[in-house]
Amino acid sequence: MAQYLVSVLFDAPGLATEDEMAAIDAFNDQLVADGHWVFAAGLTAPETATVVDGRGGGEAVFTDGPYLESKEFIAGFWILEAPDLDVALRLAAGGSKACNRRVELRPFASR
Amino acid sequence: MTDLDEVITRVHREEWARVVATLARRFGDLDIAEEMAAEAFATAVERWPADGVPPNPGAWLTTTAHRKAVDRLRREAKREEKHRKALMPSDTPEPLGAIDDDRLRLIFTCCHPALAMEARVALTLRMVGGLTVPEIARAFLVQETAMGQRITRAKTKIKAARIPYRVPAREDLPARVTGVLAVLYLIFNEGYLASDPGKEAVRADLTAEAIRLTRLVRALLPADGEVAGLLALMLLTEARRTARVSASGELVTLAEQDRGAWDRELIAEGHALVRARLASGQAPGRYQILAAVNAVHTDARDVRDTDWSQVVALYDQLVRLDPSPIVRLNRAIAVAEIDGPQVALAEVDGLPLEGYHAFHATRADLLRRLGRSEQSRAAYDRAIELAGNTAETAYLTRRRDQLPRP
Repeated sequence: MAQYLVSVLFDAPGLATEDEMAAIDAFNDQLVADGHWVFAAGLTAPETATVVDGRGGGEAVFTDGPYLESKEFIAGFWILEAPDLDVALRLAAGGSKACNRRVELRPFASR
Repeated sequence: MTDLDEVITRVHREEWARVVATLARRFGDLDIAEEMAAEAFATAVERWPADGVPPNPGAWLTTTAHRKAVDRLRREAKREEKHRKALMPSDTPEPLGAIDDDRLRLIFTCCHPALAMEARVALTLRMVGGLTVPEIARAFLVQETAMGQRITRAKTKIKAARIPYRVPAREDLPARVTGVLAVLYLIFNEGYLASDPGKEAVRADLTAEAIRLTRLVRALLPADGEVAGLLALMLLTEARRTARVSASGELVTLAEQDRGAWDRELIAEGHALVRARLASGQAPGRYQILAAVNAVHTDARDVRDTDWSQVVALYDQLVRLDPSPIVRLNRAIAVAEIDGPQVALAEVDGLPLEGYHAFHATRADLLRRLGRSEQSRAAYDRAIELAGNTAETAYLTRRRDQLPRP
């Protein structure tokens, strides 16, 4: 089994609609039932982000705003477990359909 | 070339995919499979002149490559001082059983939809076709290092993202076969209609390689109608290859080709495939329909004998499957032969193909036939601007310059 990060890509403010939420819930229930679920969450708007740089010896530096000013941002994510990319792709397609947004699928680095 | 060179070349052509595919399954690693297969062939080149060609060259190569892979993994395990027994397969090679399935696994892996199209093409030519990286780089006019990186990157993704080494699940199979056929057709077309002005107009090495790979896929998936259709389409296109470019390097259109120069053997094989598909009674996919169109063309000894109503009927069928502007453009070309250039032009004019050279070339020809020389000239200009193929540019330029001057 491998784990994959499914990032939800979006480009406008606002959370999922009620219909989208219902579809996401149903999709999540199925993930749990089929043993693919690891974690999932929605994120607040990128403007609420703070970049933190704790490198070096001194105090950490805080910067208001997201690391990348881009039109598209990550609005939420799933962490899924799947035996291979074919299964992960099918799950990601279901997730994209449920949340009504494009997603990016990326494998976790294996230890 | 000596007899032995010929034997080695033939064995390479016939056995490369088998050796790579078997090793890839045993070791779960395309890199090892590719490198050890290459080493095994190098060993064959060294040893066979003295030892003679073994009775079963494929098995000899697989065993040799397997041993080399085991040796290498052992050395690496020792060097890394890690207990890597889990990665080590048994020393005795498995009996040669589901080898054909391995080649199919290899093809589906190389043509996986999660890889970029150009990576699929390169990987298929390398891993399945056995072409070297410099050969593939030359075929696509790409720097060797860039082509090497393209293949390495694809292999890295296969490993890291866990693209599985298996024939896809039943529900994915039709789409995945379509994906494999798209790769093969792209290789064929790159050979048949090289898109780059710097390249030769037709490159027989790529068309031959595409046909060889499609024959392999057909042998592995004999029941698939679209695989048969694509093979027929390639054969019927390849049959006209030598007649398609003149001695001076100019494109010769279907209507003007010397039909006596067509390859009758390829045509007979293509026609047999098309007939078998028609007899199956199954609804044809796009490649089968395109093969049938080419069967109609290659059936006519003279262009005037072409059954154009049959061609239009086939394109009608294709439009129902794929109502894309390019299909409608090709349908309109056939319509011109039945209903005349005026009717065809009306169908062509509305198509959103402003950036496609064949759209302008078709318009130019229809306008020429209608005697609208100035508009025709403008359309030829635009087609020449957009055409990348040298033979096509030469043809379009001559046709333009033959238009009556105002």
